[in-house]
Amino acid sequence: MALKVENLTVYYQTLRGDVHALEHATFQIADGEIMGLAGESGCGKTTLGHSLIVLFPPMKYIAGKVLLDGEELPIWDSERMNAYRFRKVSLIPQYAMNAMNPIRKIGKMIQELLESRGVDYREVLPELKRRLDLVSLSHEVLNMYPIELSGGMKQRMVMVISSLLNPSLLIADEITSALDVATQKAVAEMLVEFRDCQFVNTMIVVTHDISILYQIADSILIMYAGVLAEKAPTQSIIESPRHPYTRMLISSLPEVGVRHADKRLSGIPGNPPLLLNPPTGCRFRDRCPLAYERCLEEPPFLEIEKDHYVACWKEFESHA
Amino acid sequence: MLRLDNVSKVYRIGAFGGKALYAVNNVSFEVHKGEVVSLIGESGSGKSTIGKMILRLLDVTEGKITYNGEDISTFKGETLKNYYRQVQGVFQDPFSSYNPIFKADRIFEILREEFFPNIPIPEWQHRVKNALVSVGLNPAHVLNKYPYQLSGGQLQCFLIARALLLDIQFLVADEIISMLDASTRIDVLNLLADLKSRGLSILFITHDLSLAYYISERAVILYKGYVVERGAVEKIFHTPLHPYTRMLMDSIPRLDRKWEKGTTLLERKIEEFRGGCPYYERCPVAEKICAIYRPSLTEVDTDHFVACVHYEPSTNLLGAPAYTEQRTSQSGLG
Repeated sequence: MALKVENLTVYYQTLRGDVHALEHATFQIADGEIMGLAGESGCGKTTLGHSLIVLFPPMKYIAGKVLLDGEELPIWDSERMNAYRFRKVSLIPQYAMNAMNPIRKIGKMIQELLESRGVDYREVLPELKRRLDLVSLSHEVLNMYPIELSGGMKQRMVMVISSLLNPSLLIADEITSALDVATQKAVAEMLVEFRDCQFVNTMIVVTHDISILYQIADSILIMYAGVLAEKAPTQSIIESPRHPYTRMLISSLPEVGVRHADKRLSGIPGNPPLLLNPPTGCRFRDRCPLAYERCLEEPPFLEIEKDHYVACWKEFESHA
Repeated sequence: MLRLDNVSKVYRIGAFGGKALYAVNNVSFEVHKGEVVSLIGESGSGKSTIGKMILRLLDVTEGKITYNGEDISTFKGETLKNYYRQVQGVFQDPFSSYNPIFKADRIFEILREEFFPNIPIPEWQHRVKNALVSVGLNPAHVLNKYPYQLSGGQLQCFLIARALLLDIQFLVADEIISMLDASTRIDVLNLLADLKSRGLSILFITHDLSLAYYISERAVILYKGYVVERGAVEKIFHTPLHPYTRMLMDSIPRLDRKWEKGTTLLERKIEEFRGGCPYYERCPVAEKICAIYRPSLTEVDTDHFVACVHYEPSTNLLGAPAYTEQRTSQSGLG
């Protein structure tokens, strides 16, 4: 297993108390796997992605263990994590459009970045140029300022920078959300290509857009209100989801070919609970049509079929 | 009911405003009563500019927008106010439509002061409650709250309720779904569909083709300010003709079909480009003529217009029809 996360719990410290943004996350990713991480805003998907590389205050490490290639990541210790960042774990941030230093030429910025990690720019340069070719950017961009590039070009540039040192784990946080459909497709396909070229071993693609994940991910992890709801191979999540939330979420997605006049889709009534004082038991209970008394207890995240994990009492019952 | 005739919007750019940038170029279409028309395009295609011109937030540079036969640029004072009673807009980011220091329902009070000063307050509150119920909100849960206490979907429904309190006939919905979560966006879409069945006309501005297909009868595809294809939504989605529309259709991530391989980032050298087809630099099937000749919208089928030389009867090009058949057989839609 390339990445193993056990019981990871991260809270946000606020004046009114701790926000339980991520609780008891336990999952693993195989070598070469692209895992999609999906859920609605506020479900903790970005928190999970970031906690594997950098915990900014007010994020607070509570419990849990992260093993990357068999080695434990000291995620609670920001200083010690520096040895792993960029080399072993790397991030393509949300709004990568604004991730580059606007007053440095891109080449210069990369040079400074590499030097800060003790890597010689000139040694890496041939490989950097090869990768620019791969994402169809001209070598000229190294002598340009970020403002001279379009949104899609910046996104590709940041992808190249983030994966330059061949990290074992690459976290891509909502990188396709701000792009037009054509650029979105190109960027998503490049992620797959980076994996195929073995620039990165495993990838976590965080997004709210499940249909993008269907195109590129090997497996999908669905989160709801700070807890894991379901993880399974992509095909199973889309075609035979087991958690009621996943089922309702997927059936509420409008698709080309579905007209309101022919088939009226419905959303999920209600709102996710506030995570300041989250309810005990299953967090989807209030919105779940199948909820029963057992749901007052928190369901564990169990494997019900090979590689298919779910946290729902009803599902366990039908498999008992 | 609302009609755009050869509407253009020109921005002056460059040091002394010497260059003209056409954000919207010679756009014509019509929205009938009780109809939803989708305006689809990438960022920078001019779709929001059109919405703002309809709402009179921007002036029209060339051409004319008419509402029930009257030129909207002539409205002022009382007639303009009357126009706003009937035509309203809701925008993308619900959070920025509110003043965070005041309670969210302040928007209703402002509306009363501005448009209905003669209605007594209890009567007005009754109307507000009815409007909230009709957009699917429980007044007891949402009134007397600050914007941060409400979800994006609730705030967006608030704005629609506000529009409904006026006697609106036409709604400009500019990307109103894109900031919402998947589980609530369909509720807002269904609400629009219900309002449509009650006779409201909607201009639905979006970049998401599946949402457009779900709700609208007709669609207008914009590229760099030009209309490249327009017509009945089934025709555009099932047999897209313009290379740009085809590319869009092939790029949407779908749950029933995987992408065909191949990157879509073609960039043609534009040295020989002299005011031709706006899509020339990215078009996979461009001919020499496309660099210098800009095709006009041609009706290829009833209620299906496309602006591409391959479909103009007067220009004779070889090899174009074969492309059409090949693409139609791929798309197993429906």
